[in-house]
Amino acid sequence: MTADSSRPSPKPTTKAPPKWLEPLVLLLPAGVWLLLLLVIPTLLIFELSLVPAIRPGQVVNPSGLENYFRLLQPDYLPVLGRSLFFSLSTTILTLLLGFPVAYWIALKIPKQWQNLVLLSFVLPLWTSSLLRSYAWITILRPTGVMNTALNLLKLPSLDILNREPAVLIGMTYSLLPYMVLILYAALEKLDRRLLEAAADLGATPSQAFWQITVPQSFTGIAAGALLVFITGMGDFVNPELLGGASSMTVARLIYNQFLGVTQNWGFGSALSMLLTLVVSIAIALLLKYGDRNAASGV
Amino acid sequence: MTPSSQNFRSAQFRLPSWMAWFTLLMFGFMYLPIAVLAFYSFNDSRYSTGWKGFTWKWYESFLNDSRILTALANSILVAGFAVAIAAVVGTLMAVGLARYRFPGKQVYQSIAYLPLIIPDISMAVATLVFLAAVAIPFSGGLIQLGLGTIIAAHVVFCLSYIAIVVSTRINALNPHLEEAALDLGATPVQAFIQVLLPELMPAIVSGCLLAFVLSLDDFLISSFTTGGGVKTLPIEIFGRIRTGVKPDINALSVILITATGFLFAVAEYLRYRTEQKRFKD
Repeated sequence: MTADSSRPSPKPTTKAPPKWLEPLVLLLPAGVWLLLLLVIPTLLIFELSLVPAIRPGQVVNPSGLENYFRLLQPDYLPVLGRSLFFSLSTTILTLLLGFPVAYWIALKIPKQWQNLVLLSFVLPLWTSSLLRSYAWITILRPTGVMNTALNLLKLPSLDILNREPAVLIGMTYSLLPYMVLILYAALEKLDRRLLEAAADLGATPSQAFWQITVPQSFTGIAAGALLVFITGMGDFVNPELLGGASSMTVARLIYNQFLGVTQNWGFGSALSMLLTLVVSIAIALLLKYGDRNAASGV
Repeated sequence: MTPSSQNFRSAQFRLPSWMAWFTLLMFGFMYLPIAVLAFYSFNDSRYSTGWKGFTWKWYESFLNDSRILTALANSILVAGFAVAIAAVVGTLMAVGLARYRFPGKQVYQSIAYLPLIIPDISMAVATLVFLAAVAIPFSGGLIQLGLGTIIAAHVVFCLSYIAIVVSTRINALNPHLEEAALDLGATPVQAFIQVLLPELMPAIVSGCLLAFVLSLDDFLISSFTTGGGVKTLPIEIFGRIRTGVKPDINALSVILITATGFLFAVAEYLRYRTEQKRFKD
C-alpha cells in the first residue's frame, strides 16, 4: 500500500478507454438478452391477452378485455380458486411442518454441524422434480406402498391418487425444504438470551414462543410463506401428475391453451397475466406489511 | 455468548422433546420417495409392490435405451451451454450493477431478478409467443425451435441465479482491492481478471452449479421452446410417466439422484473451503 505513493503515477498519457465503455461492456449483454427474451415476450403476452380466441398464425388484433371476462365464468373461476386453495394450504402445511424442524436445527444442533444437518434435509430438493412426483405416484397409487403398509396394519385402504390430497402431499413435499431453509436463516439469528430471560422471569414455553420467537422470526415466516405461495401458484408438475383430471389449476390451464388440445393463445395469455398479477400482489403485500427494515435489506 | 448465559440455558430454557422426534419424522418424509425409487430400481418385478429378488436388469435396460440417453445428452448440452453463457453475462451484470449508478438502474435490476419470482409457466409461454411471432418470422426462418432456442431461454433464468449469488459475494468484498490494483498501474481489464475474478470465483462456481441443476430439472420452459422432436430428459421422463412407467425410470432416478448428490457435495466442499480461507485471512 505504501509503495504506490513512492512510485510515479503510471502512464497517465496512454489513451484511457472512454468512460462509457466499461459500464456498457458490463451491462449491455445481459440487458439485451433480458430485453429480447424477457421484456419483449412479456409485453407480447399482454398484447395477446387482449385478443379473443387467437390461434397460432392468425393476425393479432387487440380488441378488448374479453379474455379477462372469460376468467370470471363459472367454468374457470373454480380453477383460480383451486390454485389459491392448493397454494395457501401448502403454505400453511409447510409452515406447520417446517417450523419445528428449523427451530430444532437452529437451537439444538451444535453450531458446526448445523449446516450439514440442514443441507442433508434439503438434499432431495436437488433431485428431479418430475421423478419426485413420480415417486409419490408409486407410494400413493391404489396398490402402492402406502396401501400395502395400511393393509399390513389391518387398516382400510386410502384412494387418494388423482385427488386433491395427493396434490397437497406432493406440493408440501416439494416446497418444505425452501420453507425450512428460510425459517432456519431467521431462527439462527434469534437472540437466545431473550428466551432464557423469559424463562427466568417465569414465562411458560408457549408464552416465550408466541411473545419472543414468533415476533423475532416474523420476517423469515413472511418471506418463507411468500416464497412457498408464489412457487405453489406456478406449480405445474404436482397437480398434473398427482391430481388427475379433477385438479385443474391455473398453471395446467395455461399449459393446455398452448401445448394441449384447446389451442387458444389469447385466453392462455390472459391466464398467464393473471398468474403474474397474483404473484405480484403477494410480493407487494410482503413489502407493505412485512417487516419494512428487513424487507428493504433483502 | 458468555459462560453465564450458557449456564442459564441448561438450567432454564429447553425445547419440548417432541421436536426432536418430529424433526426425525420429517427427515423420513423427505427421504421416503427416494428410498422407494431405489427399492424398486433393484426389484425383480415389473408390477409387484412386494420384493421379488435383486436385479440389475433395470439399470441395463436404461443403459441400452437410446432415447433416454439421447435426451440425457441433450439436457447436459443445454445446461452446459446455458450455464457457460449465463456465467459470463451474469457475472458482468452483477459487477456492473454493483459498480454504477445510472438512470433506470432500479428498473434494470428488477427485470434482471424477475425470473427468480415469476412462475416458470409464464416465462415459458412468453418465450414461445416471442419465438413464434417475432424471432422466427423476422429471422427469415434462420432461427428454428430446437436446442438453440432452449439454450437461449435457459440463459435467462440461469443469468438471474448466477448474478444473485455473485452479487452477495461482491457486497462482502473489500471495495479497495480493485482500486489498489488500478493505483498500482493495472489496466481495468487486468484488475478485473487478476484481482476481482479470483475473489468472485467461488461464488461464480456455486451459482453455476445451482443454475446447472435448475436447467437440468426444467420441464416447462424446455417443452415450450423445443421443436423438431428434440427432447430433453425432463420432457422424455414426463412423456413416460404419462404413458405408464417401466422400472428403468427408477434406475434412472437413482443414477440422477446420486449424480446430483455428488455435484451438491462438491459445491458444498468448495463453499466450505473458501469460508475456511476467509476466516484465515
